Amino acid sequence: MKKRSGRNGFIFLCAAPAVILFTVFMVIPTINVFRMSLFKRSAYSPTEDFVGLDNFTKLFKDANFIRSMQNTILLIVVVTIITFGFALVFAAILTREKIKGQNFFRVIFYIPNILSVVVISAIFSAIYDTNNGTLNNLLSLFSREKVAILWKGEDMVMTSLIIAMIWQAIGYYMVMYMASMASIPVSLYESTSLDGAGRITQFFQITLPLIWTNIRTTLTFFIISTINMAFLFVKAMTSGGPNGASEVALSYMYKQAYTNSSYGYGMAIGALVFLFSFALSALVNAVTKREPLEF
Amino acid sequence: MKKILSILLAAVLTMSMLAGCGNSTPDTPAEEPAPAETEAPAEEPAEEPAEEAEAPAEGATITVAAIETAYGSDMWKEVCDAFTAQTGIAVELITDKNLEDVIGPSMQAGEFPDVIHLATGREKALTETFIKDQNLVDLTDVLSMTVPGEDKKVSDKIAGGFTETSLTNPYGDGKTYLAPMFYSPCGLFYNAGLFEEKGWSVPTTWDEMWELGDKAKAEGISLFTYPTTGYFDAFFYALMYSAGGADFFTKATNYEEGIWDTPEAQTCFDIVAKLAEYTEPTTPAQANDQDFTKNQQLVLDNKALFMPNGTWIVGEMAEAPRADGFKWGMTALPAIKAGGDGYSYTWFEQAWIPAGAANQDAAKQFVAFLYSDAACEAFAKAGAIQPVLNIAEKLEGDNQMFYAIYDNGAKAAMGNFAAYDGQVITVTNREVWFDPVNSMVSGNMTKDDWIAGIKEYNDQMRENLVQ
Repeated sequence: MKKRSGRNGFIFLCAAPAVILFTVFMVIPTINVFRMSLFKRSAYSPTEDFVGLDNFTKLFKDANFIRSMQNTILLIVVVTIITFGFALVFAAILTREKIKGQNFFRVIFYIPNILSVVVISAIFSAIYDTNNGTLNNLLSLFSREKVAILWKGEDMVMTSLIIAMIWQAIGYYMVMYMASMASIPVSLYESTSLDGAGRITQFFQITLPLIWTNIRTTLTFFIISTINMAFLFVKAMTSGGPNGASEVALSYMYKQAYTNSSYGYGMAIGALVFLFSFALSALVNAVTKREPLEF
Repeated sequence: MKKILSILLAAVLTMSMLAGCGNSTPDTPAEEPAPAETEAPAEEPAEEPAEEAEAPAEGATITVAAIETAYGSDMWKEVCDAFTAQTGIAVELITDKNLEDVIGPSMQAGEFPDVIHLATGREKALTETFIKDQNLVDLTDVLSMTVPGEDKKVSDKIAGGFTETSLTNPYGDGKTYLAPMFYSPCGLFYNAGLFEEKGWSVPTTWDEMWELGDKAKAEGISLFTYPTTGYFDAFFYALMYSAGGADFFTKATNYEEGIWDTPEAQTCFDIVAKLAEYTEPTTPAQANDQDFTKNQQLVLDNKALFMPNGTWIVGEMAEAPRADGFKWGMTALPAIKAGGDGYSYTWFEQAWIPAGAANQDAAKQFVAFLYSDAACEAFAKAGAIQPVLNIAEKLEGDNQMFYAIYDNGAKAAMGNFAAYDGQVITVTNREVWFDPVNSMVSGNMTKDDWIAGIKEYNDQMRENLVQ
């Protein structure tokens, strides 16, 4: 009995540092965000007024917030679908087909992921430049007149963000899928090809079902990271402009908490985004639930 | 196993509760919805230090936090050393390009620097936050203090008008809460070389401006561009002054009822809307913090004639390529009618003492010292011009021309929109007045929509002024 409690004490001691750190740096700040969202307060003032759920009711009437949420959802949906499509196809090609320079492509696709968002925004600043940008010059090759699309103008700015975010994310997910695709036994493909299955059938009938658990996990990662990355991209590339057209939820939260000196309101946005990402992840998890297959 | 888990969970719960308690102690006033709060804090810091202001604080150490801008941080070191040599008060200096990130966390924990030098108009709006929170120490008594090491009073050194604006007296109660620092005339910047080459003259009225716009258009040059919509504040303030004088400006920046229906306001709207038509079309796509230099480059490349800017532009674009024969020129905003006044907005930074500062007396001495000859010279060497009398004699190069703008007939415009409670109104002045210019240039918004937005928020802002 004594030995057992000693062992328990040891386990407790071992777990304590992690639990304490987690509590201090994760649990308490999160609770604090929720607490502050119920107050009318600014970032540096010691005075605060309890306003209950006022900040939240204000949120749902705030047209700018609704627009920023719409932009966030647009990014989550479009960027997720396209990135996953490309990442899966590229991964399948690079693992299944014999292509020269496979490793070279793998590195090339992965590079954007190592770059910091600031570097990426500088690269895309050159790509999207209206007068001398790569993209407009490229399009001009196919047109008689010089193409002068305002990529960061009000009408195109979200598209430009989407392109940059997809470009950045593909490599990472591709490498993840390549890892799990590589572990699918080759014999499965061989036997199905004897049965007359083409590559596309193999992809949908063998590859996809067998890496499904991996796809599910990455999907959850991706939703959360898109919410965060969207903030970085917007901050670095567009500052939320022109005229708020590219504002996303977190950049709007930042704007409210600091630029507009209403910290409590900003925290209400933070709390809502927190709940939103939780709910969305749970939803995606539930919808994509399948009986796990094993090989 | 279950037991351990429950112990751990209990521990987590207890800790978070304790932490919750610990956190709320300094915030106690929050628990009771303080009704007098809005009036009280403004008075409070004002009286307290005034009593002790006389006491010399020798041997103390103060913390000075100053934003590092294009002027660099060496001048601050020099000034702090000179202050220590003069008064015996040691200075711990913090300078950083992202000053808010450096001092922000400790301020949230309740530790404030004694003096902060940081201008309004930055994205993180730290200074505005302190103004809106009424979290500043009243500096009115500093004006009557003697500059350390000299026999003149601070108020005798600061140039006229600088301590009477809403940027220094934000609550309109005649008390100065922010000390004016480094000033810079703002206006329209252009390539003087191009004007000489084409034989164009710089317009003195808006009608001449539009004529020039059509002439330039024929040559494939746009009349106007702007770095970001943030640069419209100085532009719009000067425009309000030239449309209706100081009286109209004061009423408009205090959101007076019906002010945007007046003919003066209509003149301002018409000019901005017309200017939007003459703006280089790629401008809005580049009007963000990443690409704004591309808009400034348009002027250097002779693709646009004018842009609103400040004297720092010369240093900012020093390395940029430019058209042959390029020469910086700067003009005040044209007059509304021939014979009217042209205005140039005077942009300046602010130094202030947060109400939570520990050494307020010594901090006040430091603020007073910022206007001493020694400090002004150290700042001027780096290009930072203090708003003191007779500083113009010490200027060199382009600066001489820029700062002479007021000697050449332009009138000075100063001030800004009055602070309102940002926790009630979820938009900033910039979003209401200036950001829509981007949409007007690209054709996504009409002038009427812009004006309707202004009128809508104007009333809300007036009702929620910080006073």
